[in-house]
Amino acid sequence: MRNVFLFIRRYAVFILFLILQGISLSMLFSSNRFHSTYFGMMAGEVSGDINRRANNVEEYFALRKENKKLRDQNAFLLSNVPSGQLMPDTGYKYVTDTAYVDSVKQFLQYQYLSAKVISNSVFLQQNYLTLHRGSEQGVSENMAVVGADGIIGTVVGVSKNMSLVMSLLHKQSKVIAILKKGSGLGEITWDGRDPGLLVLRKIPKTVVVKKGDEVVSSPYSDKFPPGSRIGWVDNVQQDLETNTYILKVRTAVDFSNVQHAYVVKNALREEMNEVQLKQIKE
Amino acid sequence: MSVVVKNIIRILIILFFQVFIVTRIPPLHQFIVPYFYFVLILWLPFKTTRINLLVLGFLIGMAVDWFFKTPGLHAAASLLIAYLRPFVINLLLPKEATEWGTEEPNNKTMGSVPYTVYIIILTVLHHAYLIFLEWLQFGSFFYFIAKLFATALVSLLLILIADLFFNKKSTVR
Repeated sequence: MRNVFLFIRRYAVFILFLILQGISLSMLFSSNRFHSTYFGMMAGEVSGDINRRANNVEEYFALRKENKKLRDQNAFLLSNVPSGQLMPDTGYKYVTDTAYVDSVKQFLQYQYLSAKVISNSVFLQQNYLTLHRGSEQGVSENMAVVGADGIIGTVVGVSKNMSLVMSLLHKQSKVIAILKKGSGLGEITWDGRDPGLLVLRKIPKTVVVKKGDEVVSSPYSDKFPPGSRIGWVDNVQQDLETNTYILKVRTAVDFSNVQHAYVVKNALREEMNEVQLKQIKE
Repeated sequence: MSVVVKNIIRILIILFFQVFIVTRIPPLHQFIVPYFYFVLILWLPFKTTRINLLVLGFLIGMAVDWFFKTPGLHAAASLLIAYLRPFVINLLLPKEATEWGTEEPNNKTMGSVPYTVYIIILTVLHHAYLIFLEWLQFGSFFYFIAKLFATALVSLLLILIADLFFNKKSTVR
């Protein structure tokens, strides 16, 4: 027993080093469940507050670009307001339901909550954004986040007033995408290199793909509104092992300069998942 | 100013620069991610006990991880250099390190050549381990090597600037 204590005392520094190293490595490589609680914590109020203050300064550097973007979007929206269009029928009925019904009796399936981006990164292997909107404003996990230009990411952690978003520039991010031409169903991932290029796999070689083809989110996604822009094909490469392409996609969103985003709430998401789960169980 | 207060102020300033300024600047190239916060560990006084070094290294690493949202990545790398620091100092300096008291490693106390070697060795070790851990999760070998050298060079440049800023007296001869 005495020898054991002597041993511990002699190698105390080394043992402490191993223990702390073990803690950090296990945090780094542990399962997703740990990460989700960690993200919940990190989206938290303290670091969120510091980030918000820093962002107040940072925002000034991007004002010009951001203004132009908002003006473009305004112009687009203004050209779509009802007063500028002739309606065949002026009668409407307002129905209050779990899913909001608009004047032409179509379900408003996607609701957009505007949110300010208060922290962002593009240079890491796992990039996250922090939004200044949380559970109190109706954000919950697994909601989609889009910008004025296109898809940004998915919400992975929520606190009262902040939420953490896994950006498309994350090695675990996966989004089902199609070519806007109407063919091919593939998967958007990121290889961790250039923050301007995503990788689109699993598009079969039977589809003709050219540089410049637009890539959008698929109609089968339970989060992203169908047809949200992701980017344009930049480089076409044949995968020799399988019957599919490896396509590099230039992102529509400039990830190094995202200031505002919209959190998208899909009113039918729970119902969709329920039906699908039921099918799987049976 | 007492050594403890001085170090705390320095930690706050450098962490602020690392998190909110240096890494917010649009990256020069995909290989280059400038890190220089670990210089805090290199600048702790010679007298710091090894246990304290480890604990401080771990805490500084975790603080950086908190902002970069990479649980444990920077903590592991800073811990490694905090552990290896006394060995490198003993290797480079003939004198027993404990005799130096509250002196800190810099140009004047170590001499410019040993100091440069000390900084370069630990910078490369830190980056090698950090990028190796990232590479374990994904990436290719060439990518790993290229990123190591590009990042280490930029980091050394940043450390030089930080050195001019914080150790003004020692660099002017």
